[in-house]
Amino acid sequence: MLLGPALVVSAVLFTLGVAGVLLRRNAIVIFMCVELMLNAVNLTFVALAQRIGVAGHVFVFFVMAVAAAEAAVGLAIILAVFRHRESVDLRDIDLLKG
Amino acid sequence: MTPVTVAFWGVSAVAVATAVMCITRRNPVASALYLIGTLFSVAVLFVLLDAQFIGVLQVLVYAGAIMVVFLFVIMLLNLGRGGPGDMKGPVGIATAVLLASGLLLQFRVLRQAAPPEAIRLPEGALVALQRERGVVGAVAGPLFGEYVIPFEITSMLLLAALVGAVVLAKRRL
Amino acid sequence: MAATAPSLIWLAVVLPLAGFVVNATLAFVRPGARTVVSVVGVGVLVGAFAFSAAACAALAGAPDAAPIVFRYWTWMPVGDLQVDVALRLDHLSAVMLLVVTGVGSLIHVFSVGYMREDPGYARYFAYLNLFVFFMLLLVLGANFPVMFVGWEGVGLCSYLLIGFWFGEKVNADAGKKAFIVNRIGDCGFLVAMFLIFRHTGSLDFAEVFARAPGLLAAGGATVTAITLFLFLGCTGKSAQIPLYTWLPDAMQGPTPVSALIHAATMVTAGVYLVARCGILFALAPASQAVVAMTGAVTALFAATIALKQWDIKRVLAYSTVSQLGYMFVGVGTGAAAAGIFHLTTHAFFKALLFLGSGSVIHAMHHAYHATHAHEDAQDMRNMGGLRHHLPWTAALMWIATLAIAGVPPLAGFFSKDEILTAAFARGAHDPLWYGIWALGLAAALLTAFYMTRLMLYTFHGPNRTGEPQRAHLHEAPWVMTGPLVLLGALTVLGGLINVPPLLHGGAWLHEWLAPVTAGATALLPAGHLSHTIEWVLVLAAVLVAAAGIVGAVVLLKPGALVPARQAVPETGLGRLLWKKWYVDELYDAIIVRPLAWLSRRVLWETIDVRVVDGLGVNGSARVARAAGWLGSRLQTGQVGVYVAVFVVGVLAILTAALR
Repeated sequence: MLLGPALVVSAVLFTLGVAGVLLRRNAIVIFMCVELMLNAVNLTFVALAQRIGVAGHVFVFFVMAVAAAEAAVGLAIILAVFRHRESVDLRDIDLLKG
Repeated sequence: MTPVTVAFWGVSAVAVATAVMCITRRNPVASALYLIGTLFSVAVLFVLLDAQFIGVLQVLVYAGAIMVVFLFVIMLLNLGRGGPGDMKGPVGIATAVLLASGLLLQFRVLRQAAPPEAIRLPEGALVALQRERGVVGAVAGPLFGEYVIPFEITSMLLLAALVGAVVLAKRRL
Repeated sequence: MAATAPSLIWLAVVLPLAGFVVNATLAFVRPGARTVVSVVGVGVLVGAFAFSAAACAALAGAPDAAPIVFRYWTWMPVGDLQVDVALRLDHLSAVMLLVVTGVGSLIHVFSVGYMREDPGYARYFAYLNLFVFFMLLLVLGANFPVMFVGWEGVGLCSYLLIGFWFGEKVNADAGKKAFIVNRIGDCGFLVAMFLIFRHTGSLDFAEVFARAPGLLAAGGATVTAITLFLFLGCTGKSAQIPLYTWLPDAMQGPTPVSALIHAATMVTAGVYLVARCGILFALAPASQAVVAMTGAVTALFAATIALKQWDIKRVLAYSTVSQLGYMFVGVGTGAAAAGIFHLTTHAFFKALLFLGSGSVIHAMHHAYHATHAHEDAQDMRNMGGLRHHLPWTAALMWIATLAIAGVPPLAGFFSKDEILTAAFARGAHDPLWYGIWALGLAAALLTAFYMTRLMLYTFHGPNRTGEPQRAHLHEAPWVMTGPLVLLGALTVLGGLINVPPLLHGGAWLHEWLAPVTAGATALLPAGHLSHTIEWVLVLAAVLVAAAGIVGAVVLLKPGALVPARQAVPETGLGRLLWKKWYVDELYDAIIVRPLAWLSRRVLWETIDVRVVDGLGVNGSARVARAAGWLGSRLQTGQVGVYVAVFVVGVLAILTAALR
């Protein structure tokens, strides 16, 4: 019943998340936008669960668990990088160069 | 236009607005707070979509735990101020707008959004299930039933994340 | 034995080749083995002559005059083209065979003495033997390709021998010039072969000459083209206008080489070719006129140049060009027997003249060497009065001079007279031939004049060599003088092989060659001159010869000459003649320089350097580097860039998947 609108909202949120990843230089803020994208996906799953069944909810459950783990590890990495470069600006993190 | 629909659109508007604010604020703390706003709104949307348990989980885990960790790290790294270099230049903005619009365009396919006949359940099946097993039980049943193996693997994942985070954040290995 | 002698003709061809192999090996491993080289080098020639003589005797004794063709193996069986390695022994090739091996043997013997002190002795004889091998292939070939192999081969050996002393640039240049100018003519020969195959379907002499009258329209464009291209090859090989310029330069080689190759044998290959293809030329009167006119003009032109040359060998070189012109008049007229007759007699007296001059040069070299002087041993202005020092050479060379001037009863008189008479006879049908006759007569006058001049300056008058050298001037050893004597005898008696009916002779050579030339003669307009006119012509020729000799004796003052070092350069007409009418300079300006400019400016600097190197090689390297640079722009290490690329990729996949 609310499926269509929910999907539209989720699409918009996902796009905003992508835009945020492309727009920002601060690594932590980029991470936050990634979380935004994950949320949009969660919304999609929940919306579809009305038609497909409670498997949608179970999936969202797992996504949240993984997101939590990912957030912990990712932020730890950012901390470690910060200790080296004194900065979380993406311009300064170019060890992949070459 | 039922009240549910109205509420839905209203909360969606809030979610989108806070998301836009999140991605455009210079100050990372502001971004984080706006993101919390977005997460709350999405939680409300969950409830409106008959996923009450998930909505509560959203608030508890996402907005409660994950965002707190974010804020802790921001404080730890003393990024509270936020500088001019945090946003990309004109070229970057143009690229971002371009690509994002492109992506949004692709989602036009969602116009004909409906799951295929084969897996579609009748109208009120989910609600009926929830009335039968309870809101939590409806999710817990399959979780410990069909999906018990992913459940256990997820617990291992959490353990790995725990160890990894501790090791990575150590001052001296 | 007599019956099988012809079948051994291949031995006559292969013996010189074997001599080449042996001498070449010796040149590498034991260059000092002069005796072995001499024995092998001369021996193979004498052997070849013996086999040739036996084969010709057998041929003479045969009941009919049919040519004997020996096919050895199939060389090129390609579709319609069937070329065998085959030798053809008929009356014409028999004459050539005897001339080549006979005169060749005498010159080989002479070389033993002349080249005695040269360090390249073995190499010399190797080349000389190789040359004879190729020349024999040329005259004995039964089809055009085999003949062409010989044709090219003698050109190669000519190059090797002209540039024998290649340590000096001028000699190497002369060799190159000979080869390159010859090559131009060879292109003509090749084109002619292509045309012949195209229009007659064969390259075998017997088949081509049998089919030609039927397949090729008389006087038509095809046969005229074929014959003109063949003649182009002849102008190259036999040094006629416009491709004669290599022959005077070829005098840089050893004198016996000049005698053998550039007087008696190689340069006569063109005459032989025209005689062999008599039927083709008879079908194209226009070509015949071209051949004869070119020959006549060349004869006169070269004679004028010879009037003012000071190098003794240069005079003889231009004389050869001039006499070759006479031969072409002969074969061009259709009187192939006359042309071949002059070829034979010319081989005798020109070889004698060259070897005699070799004797003189040998003596002069000795004199200068012994007194450590560095004058030009070949310049006539440094000679004079040598008859006192080289009496045999002087006497024999006088015989040759009288012969070449056309004094009866020496060989040259009969042959030259027959050519001029034939030309005059054809004049009845076409006045152009009277012009050719007149040119020939004028050339005869000049020939007598410049040859007498040569003799006067070299052997008579006061000696200009210098006091200290005079004591060292002496006659050559017998190994060199012996062949001179034999050639002298041939010069005296050689004319007797073809005394015309007018003078109550049997015209033996004419009769001998008749089976070969009959086909061509049948196609030509018959020319008949009354006896009176023939006598008049004979007398005219004799008068002209006498006038030339007497004129030279009267007008030239050997006593007024000074040695070359002190000589004043020529001026005016004399200078023009001495500078060979500036023909070499003309060729250099209109052909050599533009070609060199084209090669350097266009082909090298523009195309090779700019296009091939710049665009192709360096350009592709630059493109690769640019592409690499472009690719490296993606490797910024900036995560933001990577993410953007990532999103672009996602967009692309979505676009494709959601289509």
